Amino acid sequence: MGKAMNNTGSIPYTVKKKRKSGGLKKNYIGWFFILIAVAGICLFYFYPMVQALLLSFQSGMGANLEYVGLDNYIRLFSDPTFIAALTNTMIYLLVQVPVMIVLALFFSVLLNDATLKFRGFFRLAIFLPCVTSLVAYAVIFKYLFGVDGLVNRFLIDLSITSEPLNWLSDPLLAKLTIIIAITWRWTGYNMIFYLSALQNVDKSMYEAAKIDGASALQQFFYITVPMLKPIILFTSIISTIGTLQIFDEIMNITNGGPGNATLSISMYIYNLSFEYTPDFGYAATVSYVIVILVVLLSLIQFKVAGDNK
Amino acid sequence: MRKLQRIATYIFLSIAAIVSIFPFLWMLVSMTNKSVDITQGRLLPGTHLFENLTVLFQQVDMVTALVNSTIIAVITTFLTLLIGSLAGYGFEIYRTPGKDRIFNILLLSMMIPFAAIMIPLYRLFGGISATIPFLGIDTLAAAILPTIITAFFIFFFRQNTKMFARDLVEAGRIDGLSELGIFFRIYLPTMKTSYAAAAIIAFMNSWNNFLWPLVVLQSPEKQTIPLLISKLGAGYTPDFGVIMSAIVIATLPTAIVFFLMQKHFVAGMMGSVKG
Repeated sequence: MGKAMNNTGSIPYTVKKKRKSGGLKKNYIGWFFILIAVAGICLFYFYPMVQALLLSFQSGMGANLEYVGLDNYIRLFSDPTFIAALTNTMIYLLVQVPVMIVLALFFSVLLNDATLKFRGFFRLAIFLPCVTSLVAYAVIFKYLFGVDGLVNRFLIDLSITSEPLNWLSDPLLAKLTIIIAITWRWTGYNMIFYLSALQNVDKSMYEAAKIDGASALQQFFYITVPMLKPIILFTSIISTIGTLQIFDEIMNITNGGPGNATLSISMYIYNLSFEYTPDFGYAATVSYVIVILVVLLSLIQFKVAGDNK
Repeated sequence: MRKLQRIATYIFLSIAAIVSIFPFLWMLVSMTNKSVDITQGRLLPGTHLFENLTVLFQQVDMVTALVNSTIIAVITTFLTLLIGSLAGYGFEIYRTPGKDRIFNILLLSMMIPFAAIMIPLYRLFGGISATIPFLGIDTLAAAILPTIITAFFIFFFRQNTKMFARDLVEAGRIDGLSELGIFFRIYLPTMKTSYAAAAIIAFMNSWNNFLWPLVVLQSPEKQTIPLLISKLGAGYTPDFGVIMSAIVIATLPTAIVFFLMQKHFVAGMMGSVKG
């Protein structure tokens, strides 16, 4: 997308008249350009945020809401379903995001080697999961990990397990299934960010390191990781925000079950609003927990990694 | 030692490639198989493709879902690009400190989790329903509207506008073009590659969107492909061959675009960090 300015020559320079209007008119028209976007973001993002905040202090069924002060926030602490949803979401976050980022970094370093054969094919293959819709791949994973699904068949054929595993009905395995699914879908996506950042890393640094006798692992930790720090920060923030909101996979792979073992915060908000007797006020309170988590975790990640930028 | 490392690399990457590709092969193969064969683990192409497609299009109402998804995705893509590029251009070309401040505030909206605004949006469109029925709950317009204006695309186009030669704007003014004329007659044609990358991402986001359509589109005749697949997948007696056919059809547009325009595809995906 960088080839935008090649045809400067094709613009005819026949001077008709010089515009007499100066900065004022241009400034005015500039506001016109951004008007719809600004209005739209206010209407569809900021206004609902304020509404949700107000809602979070109200309670009641359906449209009959009344202000209850901080009751909803207090209710959070004694609500086992909320605590389960929060715990599950944090487990996804703390296990899945680091695993995926390390895996993506590893792939990108391997694929950055110009002497590697079939490089293009490997890159394409690992990126491919990104073209699927979340719902489509979630349904596929649900069937792959079913009791008589292909994953169990494969594990039994390899004698890794003698009996089929209850991937979707065991609380721990169900969480693992979700984590495997998300990792499958997003590792290639993160990889391309690292691959493109690696293009800008000076090759001579690796040459110098090799001469100094640095092992591949040392090169990885002392050159690659520090050089990619800004992009690692960026991708970890994107992944954190995404994982905190995880919904499609949970709904379509396990529907939150068994029990509430895989329920995520977003799924709980959906259930509170549209599956159970609607309690929009409390649902809004739960949703503000995600908001607070997003802001807090982004700030922490900036603090931890942002000092050299 | 070096050789051994090489071999290990190839084995590792091959396993990763197989794991990545296998679900695609499986859905393609399963599309041609009977439900029973799929549950028994058949991995070879079968002869049931036509039957699966017949059931999908005649009994499951895939046609309605396809039409709805296409209408929503095309309109969303068009409006997203128009509004996003107008704004990105406006913020960059008519740059003032005031606008920069507004721009930074708009960027904050990228941090807003959808789950947090879903309920107020639902209530907003619910409130509209009574007075403006064609904009209310269970209309395609309601599914489209909140998704067409995103800070991401404003940011994307602003970043790309930085690479647009400003001289062209001056040249257009000298030529007597209006400011809007410059945008439509000079900026738009020169920025084709940026638009292509943005179009791919906007279309894909819309085509695959699940949560908001799930909330706002309630009647069966309004459902989109992701809603249909989700419903089929949650059924008690799923017909795997039919579901796999639906999944293949849902994946096809994005897969085709990806293979035809890999460069734009990746550029679009990474648009947020370029520049």
